[in-house]
Amino acid sequence: MLRATLKSLLARKLRLVLSGLAVVLGVMFVSGAFVLTDTLGRSFDAVFSTAYSEVDVAVSAKPKVAVSEFEGEQVAANFPASTVDKIRSVPGVATATGVISADGARVIGTNGKVVTSFGPPQLGGNWTGDDELVELRSGRGPTRDDEIAVNATVAEAAKIKVGDRVGVLTLAPKREFTLVGVFGYSGGRDSLGGVQEVMFTEPVAQQLMLGEKGVYNSVVVRSADGVAATALRDDIARALGDQYVVKTGEQLSDEASAGLKEGLAFFNNILLGFAGVALFVGIFLILNTFSIIVAQRTRELALMRAVGGSRRQIIGAVLVEAVVIGLIAALLGLGAGVGVGALLAYVFGQFGGGLELAPIGVPVAAVVSAFVVGVLVTVVAATLPALRASRIPPIAAMQDVATPDRPLTRLTVAGAAVAAVGGALLALGLSGNAGDNTLWTILGGVLVSFVGVALLTPLISKPVVALLGRIFSWSVPGKLGRLNSGRNPRRTAITAAALMVGIALVTGVTVILNSAKSSLTALAEETIQAELVISGAQTGPRLPSFDPAVLDRAAALPGVRVVAGLYGDMAMVGGERTYVTATSDVSALRGIYKATPTSGSIDRIGPRQLLVDAKTARERGVAVGSTLLVQLTRGEQQTYTVTGIYAESDLFGGFVVPVEAARDFAVPQPNLGYLQLDPGTPVDRVLPQVEALLADSPEVSVADRASFIEQQTGQFDQLLLMIQVLLALAILIAVLGIVNTLALSVLERTRELGLLRAIGLGRGATMWMVTVEAVVISVFGALLGVAVGTGLGAAVVRALRDQGITNLVLPWSQAAVFLVLAALVGGIAAVLPAIRAARLNVLGAIAHE
Amino acid sequence: MTATVARDNQVAARANDVWKVYGSGEAQVMALRGVSVEFERSRFTAIMGPSGSGKSTLMHCLAGLDSVTRGQISIGDTTVTGLGDAGLTRLRRDKVGFIFQQFNLLPTLSARENILLPLAIAGRKPDPAWFDTVIDTVGLRDRLGHRPAQLSGGQQQRVACARALVARPEVIFADEPTGNLDSRAGAEVLNFLRNSVKEHDQTIVMVTHDPAAASYADRVVFLADGQVVTELTGPTPETVLDTMKRLDVLAEADV
Repeated sequence: MLRATLKSLLARKLRLVLSGLAVVLGVMFVSGAFVLTDTLGRSFDAVFSTAYSEVDVAVSAKPKVAVSEFEGEQVAANFPASTVDKIRSVPGVATATGVISADGARVIGTNGKVVTSFGPPQLGGNWTGDDELVELRSGRGPTRDDEIAVNATVAEAAKIKVGDRVGVLTLAPKREFTLVGVFGYSGGRDSLGGVQEVMFTEPVAQQLMLGEKGVYNSVVVRSADGVAATALRDDIARALGDQYVVKTGEQLSDEASAGLKEGLAFFNNILLGFAGVALFVGIFLILNTFSIIVAQRTRELALMRAVGGSRRQIIGAVLVEAVVIGLIAALLGLGAGVGVGALLAYVFGQFGGGLELAPIGVPVAAVVSAFVVGVLVTVVAATLPALRASRIPPIAAMQDVATPDRPLTRLTVAGAAVAAVGGALLALGLSGNAGDNTLWTILGGVLVSFVGVALLTPLISKPVVALLGRIFSWSVPGKLGRLNSGRNPRRTAITAAALMVGIALVTGVTVILNSAKSSLTALAEETIQAELVISGAQTGPRLPSFDPAVLDRAAALPGVRVVAGLYGDMAMVGGERTYVTATSDVSALRGIYKATPTSGSIDRIGPRQLLVDAKTARERGVAVGSTLLVQLTRGEQQTYTVTGIYAESDLFGGFVVPVEAARDFAVPQPNLGYLQLDPGTPVDRVLPQVEALLADSPEVSVADRASFIEQQTGQFDQLLLMIQVLLALAILIAVLGIVNTLALSVLERTRELGLLRAIGLGRGATMWMVTVEAVVISVFGALLGVAVGTGLGAAVVRALRDQGITNLVLPWSQAAVFLVLAALVGGIAAVLPAIRAARLNVLGAIAHE
Repeated sequence: MTATVARDNQVAARANDVWKVYGSGEAQVMALRGVSVEFERSRFTAIMGPSGSGKSTLMHCLAGLDSVTRGQISIGDTTVTGLGDAGLTRLRRDKVGFIFQQFNLLPTLSARENILLPLAIAGRKPDPAWFDTVIDTVGLRDRLGHRPAQLSGGQQQRVACARALVARPEVIFADEPTGNLDSRAGAEVLNFLRNSVKEHDQTIVMVTHDPAAASYADRVVFLADGQVVTELTGPTPETVLDTMKRLDVLAEADV
C-alpha cells in the first residue's frame, strides 16, 4: 500500500511541488526567524564580551526615573568624584576609573546632516586613553576642551577626518570641536556592535553628556590579582549602599546581550507573522490539491476498496502522501530559511552599523519547528480530502459515475455557524471585554471568520461567478471559460478563498490605517492652531530636539505673534511614572491647543507648580491646591502644587511642569515648536527666516501646518506599505493556488479539450478559455476579499471610536486597484495551464481516460 | 458549377499511398503501409478490420488528427498533409465533422448548445431550416434544453451526430459510434446516419468492428495489417462477416 502511494506521488511531481510551495514558504519564514535570532544573538554575545573585556566590576547609580524600553531612554543618575575615591579604597580594587558614557552625542556630518543610528546608541564620553580594548587608528586623544576623538564608524558615516571642525549635538545645542583622533577596537573592529562613540575631555563630557560638573555616571573597576570579580562586586556594593548598581563585567555583557536579543523578538514576530499568513493560505492550497487528486483518482481508490482495502488504508494512503509532501517541503523550507536568516542577519549587520556577524548557525529549534510545522500543516490540510476518499464506494470502480454535485446545504450551514463564531469572537475582542487576551481573541476571530466565509464561498460563488462571467460571454471561448469556472463550486470557492484571505487582510488594514490617518488629520487640523511647526523625524529612542534659543529668536521675527516650544520626558509624579510636558509659553496652550481651564488658572505656571488635565486629575484624585512629589530624570525630588486643571483633548494631556524644570529632563531641549503668526502675515515669508534660525539644529525643520500634519500622519502610509508588502506574499501563494487549480482542471478535462480542438477550437481560443476561467476565479476572490476586508476593517474602526478614530474611510480606489490587479494576476496564473491546454495532442486527448 | 469541378467533387476524402510508422528501431510499428483509398461524396462508407489492422489510424490520418509518415491526404480540394495547427484547426472547423465512441459532449452545455458549438466556435450562424431538419432527424426536439448528464447514452450520441451534421461538413468521420451503445440505441444511430446520407447528401466515413453496423453502409473497405485488402458494395451482415472470416487468407494472397 505504501509503495503504491509513493509511486502515485512520484507520478504527479509538478502539482505536488506547486501545493508544497506554500508550505516551503511558511517553513522558510519560521526557520529563517530562528536562524536570524540565533546568529544575531551569538554576534551580540561576542560583541559585548569584547566590550566588557576590560571591566571586572562596573558601578552606576540607580536611575531616578525607571523607564521601560518603549517609553524612552533610561538615564542613570550622576554621582560625584568622591564615589570613585570610595570605590578605590575598597580592598581588592586595583584601579577604579570614573567614566562618563551617555547616549545622545550626535555628530553632524560634512553634508550638514546629523549622523543617525537605527538602534545602537550614540555614546558620548570622556577619553580615558587607549588600552587593550580601545586602539587609536590616527591622531591622539582629546586634551583640550575643543577637541574630540570619534570611533571609526562615526568617522566613516560623517565623512570626517582628523583636523576637521566637527559639530556635535549633546544635551547642549550644537558645539564645534576639532577632530584630533579616530579610534577602533581590538580585533580591528570599527565599532562594537554598531555603537557610535564620541570622546571629549572629562570636564566637557561631564557638562555636555551629564549636564553637571565634576560628576560621573559609571566607574570601571579592575580587580587586584587573585581577587574574584564576584567577591569584589559584593564588597563594593556593601561599601556603597543601595543607591548604586554594582555588577561584574560578565553580568553586564550578558545583560546587554539579553537586552538586544529581546529587541530581536520584534523581528522574530514579523517573520512568524509572514509564516503564519503563508501557512494559513497554504492550507487552502493543499486542501484543494488533495481534493482534486482524490476526485481524479476515484476509480483507482474504488478499485483498492473493491480488492479489499479498508477505509483506514485509504485514509492512510492519502495521509502518507501528505506526510511525504510535508517532509520534503519542510526540508526545502529549512534550506531556504537558513538562506533568508543569513541574508537578514547580513542586512541587519550592515544597517546596524557594521555588526560583526558570528558564523551562521542552524539551531535545533529551527530544524524541529520546520518539520513540525511543515508536516502538521500538510496533514491537517489533507485530512478532509482523505476522509472524502475513504467514503468512495467500491462500486465506483465499475461505473463511470460522474460524482454528482453534492448539495451545499450542510456546507452552508457549517459555514454560517463558523462565521457566526468568528464574528462573535471578533465582537468580544473588539468590545474590549476579553481582557489580556484581546489580541488573541481578535486574531482568532479573524481566522475563524475567514474559515467561515471560505465555507460559505461555494454558495456565494454560483451567482457571483455567473454574473462576473457575463463580462466575458461575448465570445464562445469566454463563455466556455465562464461555464468551467462555475462547474465545481467547491473548487472555485476554495481557490478564490485563498486569494480572499490575502486581499481581505490588505483591505482591512488599509481601512483601519486610512481611517486612523484621516481621523488624526481631522483632529490635528481642528486642534493645532499654529501656522508654522518646528519638528523632526524620530530615528531612534530619542526625540529630535533643537536649541531653545531658536524660540526667542523666532519670537522676535516680524509677523510672529506667539512662539511655544514643547519639552517632554518621563517623570515620577506622586509615585507614579508618567509623561510630563513643559512649554516655554504656558499661556500659548490656550491658543495653540485650544486648552480650556476647568479650575484654577492655566495662563501661568510658577516654580514647583503643576497643571494637569481634568481626566488625569479625576483618576489621581487631585484638585487645585493638591501637592505631589515630582522626581525628574535629573535633580532632587521636590514637592509641586497643582495650580490649574484644563479640559483634556486627544492631542494634549497630562501634567505640565514649568519650563525651568525642563533643565532636568533627559533631553533638556524642546522637541516641538509652534508659531502663531499675526493675522495677514504670509506664511511663505516667515518660513525661510525660521529655517535660517535652525541652521545649527539639523535634527529638526520647520513646516507649515498642513505639511506638519502630513509628516506626522505619513507614518501611517509607511506602515501601510510595509503591511501591503508583507501580505503580497499571501496573495502570491493564492496565485500559486490558481495555477494549481487550473493545471489540474486542464488535466481533468483533457478529453473535453481534445474534443473542442477536434471540432475546430483554435489554440488562441483555447488559451483564452482557460484565461477567462482564471480571471473569473481571481476576480471573484478579490471581490470577496474586498468585501470581507472592508467589513473587518470597519468593525475595528468602529471599535476604536473611543480611541479617537472617528472617520471611517473606505478604500474605493484601492478596491478598484485590487480588482484590476486580481484580473491581471488571474491572467498571469493562467499562462502555464493555458499553454498546456493549447499544446494538447488532439488525438491523445480524445483517447484520454 | 462546371462539370470538371463536379467530377473533382465526387471524392470527399482521399488517401494516396499513405504510410504511418510509430516508434523507431525494434519498437517500430507499421500501422499503415501504402494505403490508397477514396471516399465518394454522398456515400456512407465503413472501414472494417480486426484489432490492430490500422483502421482507426487511417481515419485519424484522414481527419487530420494524426500526421502521416509518407503519402498524401486530401479532404475535398484541401491537401491535409503539411498543414500547420492553424490550417488543421480551420480544416476541422469548416470541412470535417466528428462522432466519437465516447460521445464527447461538454457537460456544461445544454444539448442545443453542444450541437451549435462548432458553428459558434467558427463564428457562423446556423441555417435555421437545416438545424430544424437535423433536430427532427435525430428526434431530439424535446431534449434540447437538457444537459448531457440528463440524457441517455443513445440520446447523447444522437446529440453528437447532430453536432457533426449541423455544420454541413465535407465529410463526417465516425469512430465506433455505436461502440458504447446497446443494440437498439445503436440501430437508431445507424439508421439516422444512413438517412442523413440518403436524404441529405452527407458523406460519412465510419470505423467499426461490428459487421451489423457495417452493413448499414453503402460500401465497406477492409483493412488488415495496415493495408486495404478488399471491399464490398451493398453489404449485408452476412457478407461482411464472411469477408472478415476470409480476411487472413485474402491478406496472405495479397502479399
